[in-house]
Amino acid sequence: MSVRSIAIAFAVMIMASLSGSQAAPQGFGGLSSAAEGFSVPQPGLLFRFPDDHGAHPDFRIEWWYLTANLEAPDGTQYGAQWTLFRSALAPREAKGWSSPQIWMGHAAVTTSEDHFVAERISRGGVGQAGVVAEPFSAWIDDWQMKGGDTPEADQLAELTLNATAKDFGYELRLSATGPLVPQGNNGYSVKSAQGQASYYYSQPFYAVTGSLALPTGNVDVTGKAWLDREWSSQPLAEDQTGWDWFSLHLDSGEKLMGFRLRDKGEGFTSATWITADGRPEPLPAGALQIVPVRTAKVAGGQIPVSWNLRIPSRGFEVTTQPLNDQAWMATSIPYWEGPITFGGSVGGRGYLEMTGY
Amino acid sequence: MTIWTVATALLSHWRRRPLQLGALMLGLALATALWSGVQAVNAEARASYARAAAALDQNGLAHLVSPHGRSIPRAAFVRLRRAGWNVSPVLEGEYRFGATRLRVIGIEPLTMPAETQTVDLRNAGDLLSFISPPGTLVVSPDTAEKIRGKTDLALRVSDRMPDGAAFVDIGLAERLLRRDGELTRIVIAENQRPGLEPLGTLAPALSVREPSAQSDVEHLTESFHLNLTAFGFLAFAVGLFIVYSTIGLAFEQRRPTFRTLRCLGVSLSALAVLLLAELVLFALAAAAAGVIIGYLIASLLLPGVAATLEGLYGASVPGTLSLRPEWWLSGFAIAVAGTLVSSTQSLLRLMRVPLLTAAQPQTWGRASQTGRRFQVLAAAALLGLSGALILWADGLQAGFGVLGCLLLGASLLLPAVLSGFLTLMQRASSGALVTWFWADARQQLPGLSLALMALLLALAANVGVGTMVSSFRLTFVGWLDQRLAAELYVAARNEPEADRLRAWLATKVESVLPISSVDVEIRGQPMQIFGVVDDPTYREHWPLIVGLPDVWDRVASGEGVLVNEQFWRRERLRIGDQLDLASDWKSTVVGVYSDYGNPKGQVIAGINALTSRYPEVSRLRYGLRVQPDQVPDLRSSLSDEFGLPPDNIVDQAALKEQSRRIFDRTFLVTGALNIFTLGVAALAMFSSLLTLSEMRLPQLAPVWAMGVTRRDLALLEVLRTLVLWLATFFTALPLGLALAWVLLAVVNVEAFGWRLPMHIFPYEWVRLGLVALAAAVVSIFIPLRRLAGLAPSELLKVFANER
Repeated sequence: MSVRSIAIAFAVMIMASLSGSQAAPQGFGGLSSAAEGFSVPQPGLLFRFPDDHGAHPDFRIEWWYLTANLEAPDGTQYGAQWTLFRSALAPREAKGWSSPQIWMGHAAVTTSEDHFVAERISRGGVGQAGVVAEPFSAWIDDWQMKGGDTPEADQLAELTLNATAKDFGYELRLSATGPLVPQGNNGYSVKSAQGQASYYYSQPFYAVTGSLALPTGNVDVTGKAWLDREWSSQPLAEDQTGWDWFSLHLDSGEKLMGFRLRDKGEGFTSATWITADGRPEPLPAGALQIVPVRTAKVAGGQIPVSWNLRIPSRGFEVTTQPLNDQAWMATSIPYWEGPITFGGSVGGRGYLEMTGY
Repeated sequence: MTIWTVATALLSHWRRRPLQLGALMLGLALATALWSGVQAVNAEARASYARAAAALDQNGLAHLVSPHGRSIPRAAFVRLRRAGWNVSPVLEGEYRFGATRLRVIGIEPLTMPAETQTVDLRNAGDLLSFISPPGTLVVSPDTAEKIRGKTDLALRVSDRMPDGAAFVDIGLAERLLRRDGELTRIVIAENQRPGLEPLGTLAPALSVREPSAQSDVEHLTESFHLNLTAFGFLAFAVGLFIVYSTIGLAFEQRRPTFRTLRCLGVSLSALAVLLLAELVLFALAAAAAGVIIGYLIASLLLPGVAATLEGLYGASVPGTLSLRPEWWLSGFAIAVAGTLVSSTQSLLRLMRVPLLTAAQPQTWGRASQTGRRFQVLAAAALLGLSGALILWADGLQAGFGVLGCLLLGASLLLPAVLSGFLTLMQRASSGALVTWFWADARQQLPGLSLALMALLLALAANVGVGTMVSSFRLTFVGWLDQRLAAELYVAARNEPEADRLRAWLATKVESVLPISSVDVEIRGQPMQIFGVVDDPTYREHWPLIVGLPDVWDRVASGEGVLVNEQFWRRERLRIGDQLDLASDWKSTVVGVYSDYGNPKGQVIAGINALTSRYPEVSRLRYGLRVQPDQVPDLRSSLSDEFGLPPDNIVDQAALKEQSRRIFDRTFLVTGALNIFTLGVAALAMFSSLLTLSEMRLPQLAPVWAMGVTRRDLALLEVLRTLVLWLATFFTALPLGLALAWVLLAVVNVEAFGWRLPMHIFPYEWVRLGLVALAAAVVSIFIPLRRLAGLAPSELLKVFANER
């Protein structure tokens, strides 16, 4: 049994057709983009909290995705990532080993020199991994994202977050200074011209304090974090090969979420402008323009690590630089994920995720 | 004079005596062959245990187990994972697919450490079909053949799977074994993060079983392999006798050559080095041949050994042999070492004896009278030591120590015994020729004594092992008759069918005896607890070794339990001792029963006592008591009316036959090794007689000159050989019996845990005697023909060349 095998299985499940170069996704127990028996996101549905903080086993894939831009008292920059993926082999939940739900956790810490990565994989149904909406808790093994104990507030308003691996770990306390933000059309996020979509909301307003445990010692940090919640059953169209996804904390207090799904043609871009008080302003498809500026040799291939982002309608133009070119997630499904800084019409920090390279 | 010339001069000896060279090479090759053959078998078996253990038990890793062999709640696993421990759950048990019982091992592929990669699920599709319903069985090709069509589950064949076991997803294992939420053990990966809370606080009810270099099977079969090794070594020792005598003779015969070479200026060291090189060369050549023959022997033996191990220990060993460097090297090493050891004496003498001492071929064997005295003393010491070991030492090693001392001591004593016998005969005889006959035999004794010692060892081993096997068989067959008292044995396919079966049988048979057992761990050993009903069958038939008078009442009431002999001896239990069967179940030992062929400990308890503690125990198998003449009817109505597959019904006769067949296969290997050893001994005899015949002219010539015809001389030679053979044979009988006694009363008890009564089989001795006699006749045939055809001029030459 190799982790790599699980990897590929999971890769196929999560990214559907993204990893097309590795294995024929269609060949996989009907795991093509068609959503046999699984629920499909519909426009016009309103989120119901706290229930929607929990798992949606009737959807094929789901994630709780947190990225944090952190800073030590001496000004040293760090990035931290904590992700829990859920993937369903069948659209149901069951107690015990017969549960068709599979969970995968990724944790990472990025410094300008190093990029530490760890991964956990678990079956559902037995309590080794899972998500409970209220009181909120998402966990896999000893990694946990736990809600605060103030019942009147939103379950995600206060979080404690931890992950420990062989060579690194962290403990972070997160406190939201703004509301939850639905992405796309009221949480219905379209992913392709053919209409593939997901349910998607974010909490981009976390203030963070905590500490990182690194091989060189413990570091106290503060900073900003962004949580993405997304679930779907057919997130990508068949010809889409990967994505470039940005979450930006602008110095103005505004936030920007933008992504480009790559295909054989121009690709599909989508973005949400979030005002400083948390009001989403979805931009029309194509409003965000994304152009690679610089590539670096990462994990044996050339990957664009610096980007130029433009939203002409808003006079927004920035160029991003990674904290570390080599923020490669050498997990079962490898991808690039790391903290970035940007300057141009406005400065700030954020996170970049690139898959399918 | 170049070294090459000297070497040629030395080697020319062998050209003139091809038979001697042949005897040397053959002796060495055969000895190496038996040794490396046995090593090859052992190496193959051990490798297979290691494979199976690594694959099935993940024994390279530590485990958490429940001390009483109880199951572990799944929550314990989750608690450990949530505390950060990298652990993986395993649930295993036995499951029947038709008539095939498989060890079903449920694993959780996502957490199973990568070190134990047995199931290759590298392909994501394989992984998904492994964990998704209906599920997949990963089995060996043979097992797949057996269960194909008997299950709806998908089969995946893997060459890395041992026979008789199946890997399944843990969820499927729960369903098959009906053990929802239970685990049998938790594998602890090597790769753990620092700063973990200790296991002792997280799972106080569980204990850690450290990774073991040795698997359970390897441990169980250790004694068997030690037996084989001992046999191989015995054969090698017998072979070395040949080498020793041949080398000694060749050195002595070449003494004139050595003298000439030394006179021509070859230094002593150069000579010694050349001779040493010659020996090593011979040893390597013979070893190469020996290893090849050993490979052939091993391929012949291995299917038998595999059958034995399967029958005796349930260990699965493939019947095919692969070439392994360890026994190749071991073959070469032991051949060279053996040759050097056997030639040390000759080489030393070459260095010591003055250059110009006359060559006297007959003196080499007769080293010295003091030598013989020393030999007798050593023999007495060895025999005394073996007696002391019997009295005061225990353990399998001590058992083999007793055997070794006994055999070596007796063989060292043999020349003295034979010499005494010949002296007596010489004194008792009157005629000149008869007196000469005995005196001449005695004179010949030193030259033959090594071969006779080899013969003694081989014969004694034959008598001893033969007696042991036959005693065992007699006891075993009687025991089977008692033990397999039920006329029919049936197995239901599932619990509902078992319920139906019990109801259906109620009116049709005299009694139904459930055969229910649980696997537990008692006193740190894997054990089985059987539950029995209160039935006259047990009271009348069950073979008890010791027991209280009302033993069955006590078992039925749940007050006491029976233990098998193995467990009783291993744990030195006594009647009345308390036994912890489970954390909440203590009971008293009220009796001991013999349980041949079972490597594990076993306990018999009342069925109610068992089911109250283990309500989930399987109730699928039953023994049925009916009148013997009703068996065929019942059998056919069981399959026709009730609908039980014929495979699930076994009658007593078939079961006994099967057990006997397993038994007989078990000792097939021993028999084969016995024959090989005897063959080597015969060869030793032949080579000694052959070399002696060349040296005997000086003794025979005067007798011939005094008027005894060559024909009569030849006849006397035959007689003398036969007398020596017979004397050795009779000495071998008591030695063989002593050997059998040690095997039965010491080695078997240590190795298997049971002691057997000894029975004597004189008929087998007669047969062995006849075989030995035939070998004797063959071994003197060539020397005799040479003597009979000797030209009178050759005999006359003795007087002309008088030294």
